[in-house]
Amino acid sequence: MTPALVFDGLLALLAVAAAMAAIGGRDLFGSVAFFIVYGLLIAIAWVRLDAIDVALAEAAIGAGLTGILLISALARVERTASSGESGEGGRLAKIAAALLCAGVAGALAWAALALDPQGAGLTPLISEALPQAGVGNPVTAVLLNFRAYDTLLESIVLLFALVAVWSLADDGNWGGLPGLRQHARSDGVLATFGRLLPPFGLVVAVYLVWAGSENPGGAFQGGTVLAAIWLLVAMAGITELPRVSSLPLRAALVFGPAFFLAVGAIGALAGTFLGLAPAAAKAIILAVEAGLTLSIAATLALLVAGSPQRTQG
Amino acid sequence: MTPIDLYTLAMIAAGAFFFFAGTLGLLRFPDLHSRLHALTKADNLGLGLIVLGLLPRMGDVATMLKMLLVWVLVVGAAATVAQLIARIALPGHLRSRPKDDGR
Amino acid sequence: MSAVLLGFAAFLLLSVAGGLIRVLRGPDAADRIMAVQLIGTSGVAVLLLLAAAGANPAIVDVALIMALLAAFAAVAFVKSASADGLGDPEEPDP
Repeated sequence: MTPALVFDGLLALLAVAAAMAAIGGRDLFGSVAFFIVYGLLIAIAWVRLDAIDVALAEAAIGAGLTGILLISALARVERTASSGESGEGGRLAKIAAALLCAGVAGALAWAALALDPQGAGLTPLISEALPQAGVGNPVTAVLLNFRAYDTLLESIVLLFALVAVWSLADDGNWGGLPGLRQHARSDGVLATFGRLLPPFGLVVAVYLVWAGSENPGGAFQGGTVLAAIWLLVAMAGITELPRVSSLPLRAALVFGPAFFLAVGAIGALAGTFLGLAPAAAKAIILAVEAGLTLSIAATLALLVAGSPQRTQG
Repeated sequence: MTPIDLYTLAMIAAGAFFFFAGTLGLLRFPDLHSRLHALTKADNLGLGLIVLGLLPRMGDVATMLKMLLVWVLVVGAAATVAQLIARIALPGHLRSRPKDDGR
Repeated sequence: MSAVLLGFAAFLLLSVAGGLIRVLRGPDAADRIMAVQLIGTSGVAVLLLLAAAGANPAIVDVALIMALLAAFAAVAFVKSASADGLGDPEEPDP
């Protein structure tokens, strides 16, 4: 029993326990708390699996955005649902959901077991092509160069998700302000924290994007941190999130994917859609990442904030 | 074992002890405000000791400064959270929610 | 030495386990979110130990994100628990 084995065993045990407790708990708030803890443990697990890029994303999503989203969603359900019958799902729906989840988990387990344990996967191919990628981090090279169309489509999917959330608004509130008006005592602890943290958050976000070219990091991680910080500033009552109809907001949402698409189109003129010339690759990738960071930050923050619920601030 | 190893060992052992104490308090103390007291002081001291113990092993100055920043951020977060939770848990502040018996 | 650091990281996971017990028991939501806070701090300490054990400074960045966002769940909770669900416990009662 090496310490590494003890650590990994304990970590796996705790992650499974947190997951079971999140699903099986009777108290909904407890389930949310377990789910947040589960996210933290999974981030540590990704570190143990040497997938630091994924760990960064999981830490930002799990510790930051998911917590805010689930806790405020639960509070809203408790306020709007008539007392005593919140979370009534119906037995059949629960069984169907359980079967579906078990099926997905089974398929994933099968896929994992079917992998060749001695296989190197795509690693040799990627290390061979890495000198032409313009960046030293193989994950960034795959995401923004070798398989850039995946990332491009994902950034567009995020936009579609936001449009879907917005379309849940009442007709009267269309184009209005997302969520309800947040407020806090202006000289209180919360407002002070909301003023203190953003400078650190901005530096960390920019650092993550910049580091992403050579080390773990990148647009998604940086953008998620920015989104969380923006939501904190709104929760501390310092600023309001902009109107959904605001032109600067919509420009920020579209800029990243649009710029990415333009880069792809220029590549198409030169021969390959999304093809990057090795000499210019690093500059182009950093520019695309900067644009994506902005758009991902705006999209995620507004996704968490929810559909427009009022027209007056 | 070099002197630096011994230093690291002493510091992280002390840090782990404070984490242990904080967790014990969180589990054993009778009411919310006492548990808050145990939690927000002991484990932040523990984290600080661990950071100090690990500093000389991290090689470059940038990583050392990042580790110190990690500690500063956690302490700031804990101070904020302690204030807010202490207040919301005062009688009359916590909205009634369905309670279980705490087992 | 890195085996020793991993051993301490495993010990801190026991602190996480203690936090999980408090999340389970509650009884108040405030107790549960406090335990989440403890688990977050322990997680940061675990990550720093892993960074030192593996001599991988990139792991410190994961700890940095966790530290930066450490208060977010608790902030969302105190807001949702305030009088109208959007305020802050320090505001005077309306």
